[in-house]
Amino acid sequence: MLVSLNWLKNYVDITDISPEELASKITKSGIEVDGIEYVAEKSEHVVVGYVVSCEKHPNADKLNLCQVDVGEEEPLQIICGAPNVAQGQKVAVAKPGAVLPNNFKIKRVKLRGVESNGMICSLQELGIEEKYVPKDVADGIYVFPKDVTVGESVEPLLNLNDAVLEFDLTPNRADCLSMLGVAYEVGAILNREVKLPSPNPKEGTEEAKDYIAVEVEAKEANPYYGAFVIRDVEIEQSPLWMRNYLIAAGIRPINNVVDITNYVLLEYGQPLHAFDYDKLGEKKIVVRHAKTNEKLVTLDEQERVLSQDHLVITDGKDPIALAGVMGGLSTEVTDTTKNVLLEAAYFDSSTVMKAVKSTGLYSDSSTRFTKGVDPNRVKEAGLRACELMGKYANATIAKGVVAYDALNREQKQVKVNVTEINKRLGTLLQPADVEDALQRLQFKFEKRSQEYLVYIPTRRGDISIFEDMLEEIARIYGYDKLPYTLPVGAGQAGGLTERQILIRKIKGIMEASGLMESRTYTLISENAANTLISPELTEANYVPIELALPMSEEHKYLRLSFLPEILRILTHNRARNEFDLGYYEIGKTFLTAESTLTKQPEERLRLAGAVTGNWVHHPWQQENKLVDFYVVKGILEKLFNYLNVAVVFKPCKHKDMHPGRTASLHLKGETIGFIGQLHPRLQKQFDLKETYVFDVDVEGLLEAYKNEPTYEEIPKYPSIGRDIAFVLDHTVLAAEVKQVIMDVGAPLVKHVSIFDVYEGEHLEAGKKSVAFHLVYQHPEKTLTDDEVQASYEQIIEAVKKKFNAYIRS
Amino acid sequence: MSKGIPGYSRYRNEVDTLETLYELGWYRENMPRPLLGGGFLYCFLSYVRMNKGGNKKMKEQLKMIEQEALEKILQAKTTKELQDIKVTYLGKKGSLTSVLRGMGKLSKEERPVIGELANKVRERLTLSLEEQLEKLEEMALEEQLEKETIDVTLPGRPVRLGGQHLLTKVIEEIEDLFIGMGFEIREGPEVETDYFNFEALNLPKNHPAREMQDTFFITKELLMRTQTSPVQARTMLEYGGNKPVKMISPGKVYRRDTDDATHSHQFTQIEGLYVDKDVKMSDLKGVLDVFTKKMYGSDRKIRFRPSFFPFTEPSVEIDISCKACEGKGCSICKGSGWIEILGAGMVHPNVLSMAGYDPKVYSGFAFGMGPERIAMLKYGIKDIRQFYTNDIRFLTQYHNA
Ligand SMILES: [Zn+2]
Repeated sequence: MLVSLNWLKNYVDITDISPEELASKITKSGIEVDGIEYVAEKSEHVVVGYVVSCEKHPNADKLNLCQVDVGEEEPLQIICGAPNVAQGQKVAVAKPGAVLPNNFKIKRVKLRGVESNGMICSLQELGIEEKYVPKDVADGIYVFPKDVTVGESVEPLLNLNDAVLEFDLTPNRADCLSMLGVAYEVGAILNREVKLPSPNPKEGTEEAKDYIAVEVEAKEANPYYGAFVIRDVEIEQSPLWMRNYLIAAGIRPINNVVDITNYVLLEYGQPLHAFDYDKLGEKKIVVRHAKTNEKLVTLDEQERVLSQDHLVITDGKDPIALAGVMGGLSTEVTDTTKNVLLEAAYFDSSTVMKAVKSTGLYSDSSTRFTKGVDPNRVKEAGLRACELMGKYANATIAKGVVAYDALNREQKQVKVNVTEINKRLGTLLQPADVEDALQRLQFKFEKRSQEYLVYIPTRRGDISIFEDMLEEIARIYGYDKLPYTLPVGAGQAGGLTERQILIRKIKGIMEASGLMESRTYTLISENAANTLISPELTEANYVPIELALPMSEEHKYLRLSFLPEILRILTHNRARNEFDLGYYEIGKTFLTAESTLTKQPEERLRLAGAVTGNWVHHPWQQENKLVDFYVVKGILEKLFNYLNVAVVFKPCKHKDMHPGRTASLHLKGETIGFIGQLHPRLQKQFDLKETYVFDVDVEGLLEAYKNEPTYEEIPKYPSIGRDIAFVLDHTVLAAEVKQVIMDVGAPLVKHVSIFDVYEGEHLEAGKKSVAFHLVYQHPEKTLTDDEVQASYEQIIEAVKKKFNAYIRS
Repeated sequence: MSKGIPGYSRYRNEVDTLETLYELGWYRENMPRPLLGGGFLYCFLSYVRMNKGGNKKMKEQLKMIEQEALEKILQAKTTKELQDIKVTYLGKKGSLTSVLRGMGKLSKEERPVIGELANKVRERLTLSLEEQLEKLEEMALEEQLEKETIDVTLPGRPVRLGGQHLLTKVIEEIEDLFIGMGFEIREGPEVETDYFNFEALNLPKNHPAREMQDTFFITKELLMRTQTSPVQARTMLEYGGNKPVKMISPGKVYRRDTDDATHSHQFTQIEGLYVDKDVKMSDLKGVLDVFTKKMYGSDRKIRFRPSFFPFTEPSVEIDISCKACEGKGCSICKGSGWIEILGAGMVHPNVLSMAGYDPKVYSGFAFGMGPERIAMLKYGIKDIRQFYTNDIRFLTQYHNA
């Protein structure tokens, strides 16, 4: 809502307060003023001039040589290029020395040998935005009505000195979608009187009911429909002041009839519609729901196909308007209109909302209807328009209004208790404070012992319960006067849950391992939503969830994996010459096997990451190491050890992963994720070098997490170490050999580690050597060499047999 | 202990003092053991007894030997030279020994005098030899270490360390702050039902305020939550309407906005809720005042401005005084001196009763804030998309303490 302060001055005295100060007060009291716009920059030395004569420039066809009387001794000779300049006009003249907006300085000049002593201005040149300039003067100079005085400054005449406050209204404050509502608000804030117009149209002798009949079928959707008949209108420009106010409010003036309906819309907040009476087929207004596939060509020349959800105004036969949204083209008021039927109606907000949504027609009218208009202003607004039509369109107003009226105009009542107010606000308000606030708001009330019974004016549709009144009183009293207190309730001990602590720790481990935390989008492209999905999710037939109405292909599906987005981060950074990168993210994935969701999906926390480039990069000591599988595996092992969960790595195939360098992760028999090198095809697609990724189900880890460190006696007896190196087929898995050693060596073998892996020239092709270090220990005695040797030999035999291995000498 | 006991040389003749030092735990390498000295003294005494009379000459001889030896010791440049000096003067065939051999000629009275003197000379020479040896060794070590010099200006071996995302840092800071005030942290689903995202928050279907937030719908009833407020309703329902709720809920939210410098279709929010008997609006002011002062600095002021949210009544927006201009007005605060940071209010009675809390008995306040906005204000970040681009140069900027 754009609020012209010059316009507002008609209702409430704000002459002694600067626009900035007023804006700040309004903002503090509840309506955010987004900005203060001045209609135009200051223009001095611009006055009304009378074009005494206008001839062709002797040396230029397109220029006119004008003598302009500006109220000084001699007329000014001015050269003007505008096509619409003519003798006898009253125009805006910028005299030499004037400075127009954009610092345009007017000087005496010679144009093609002839002196020019100023400039005849267009509205644009005076600073009015192009889109608000009336069409008749859009391509030339501005021409004043005859009644202005020569020599008078144009600034007040054209409202160039006006300041406009831009209100950012919250949806509840529909009352301030009208100048009268704003006047009430400002009156309450400044504690000043509000002067309202009291419309009193001069009515003729003929009765409106002889010209029109009104019938409402859709009574729920249209509790009030008033029709005014305005005869013998003279379509012309509306008065200058009205044009000025409309421009300030952001509406382009058109003609007096249209301007008056717009003016009253802004003044009262009540949308009106003017039909060309003579174009109504049957002289009977019928308001009903549209028939399926019924058609209406609206004022914007679009054909609208309607449904039964739409409310239409008909002339007894055909739709002539989409109620509350837009009029029809067939009954539009034009320059030749003689008689007008003016509609002042109350349409139900949800009906209008449906029509707005289905047509996408947001207008000043529909906005007000959807937010609710004041039932006590509907008819009054019609009367106000009639009054102005009589004055400014020289029209005759038929007597009375023809109306269907089932409108509830009753005021709501709310009980307000001073003790309760203080209890809720933490204040010490006195009854006088409450009464002061109510008086300033102009809410009528009755005092009943400790309580006030407040009658809520119908303009304030947002107030219906005690809490609403609490806000009104608090904001008028001033929130800055509220004390600062801290809750006294016992409450609970705040803190993180075990789960929250663990998640923070998991993040800490990832970061201590050298990975950066990323935050990517949940909504991803179709391709990304089907890439790098963990095997257990694929097995469970989970499908990415699709948005009903995505904004773009990029953000269309809910993620099952964040890896594609993390890879995009790597790509982004590589393009900026950052090559050694490691990221992780912990967040939700959205799991469902339903193709159309009927219930909320399962939201499971996952941990995923990707690493590329050098893992160690320390060039001057020749210490460079590219990231490999085991770097990333080491990070996960650290995490699993921390959580005390036994995760098993098994070779695995995945369409998006390197076939020989990928493992699936298993915990208690369940697959919980995967790790490995990205398939070179994907590496190329993302413009990456060798890249390793992992993706783990955090929920699974947290379920298995054991928070009981089992105490183990520190061994009293010495341990004995033995080393052993097997030559194995390349394909034999070290973990399986290790398992055999553990099994056969139990219970004496306490620990087995791998300390060397070799493949190369000293071994035959297809073979590898893996060296194990075994630690023997007995809890209750010192083991003898013989005992160890016996076990050692058993192990060797078992491994030889099972894996076709031999001892490397 | 190559440097020995500080100031030791002053006590070189004070065996008692030495012993005291031993007792005190001092230790010295190559220390002449007092016992050895004792044995030597015994031989020497018997020698003196035999030789009486020629003591004056012997005293001079001893002095000369001492002086000569000391000079040589001080001039010695290698340990080999010192070894030679030791042999020359103190060895079995050394000059001091040969002087002492002549002591038999001295009288019984003179012998102890000369013996003591000779003993002291020996001690002094021994100590001097040791000191010089030590000095040489030290020099040799210094020389060796000098050769081991490295360029300390070369870069160290990088220690790989990751770090938190700035938003996580801000969120955890806020979490910890509210935990300190007795709040717990609650989470809720990101795919919400229409009921919890809107209806339970006093936004029935077709309510005009629904248009304030353009929503990503999945089906008619399921949507990407537009706010973290549904966690309020879920927590209250879970608590069953008869015990206080004191929670904050951080999380991701989604709105149909075109991504640009100030809009993001995905962003984070932190919702707070406190419901109890007799919760007052002044409590909201107090709690948020504590929060803003801790988050933005103790010199910040807050201001309540009336506003509208469907789930609170009264509703307020909260501004903090602009740090850049100290409230005078500048481009950051658009000239107002205030910057909006929070929305809040007293929980609407409809929201309380829908969640099972009797609004006649319970009241409460709720607030919501945007970590992106907080971070942008605090760190002067101009483009919200930075948070989701994850440029490493952006992220690492905020990894300092
Ligand atoms: Zn500022």
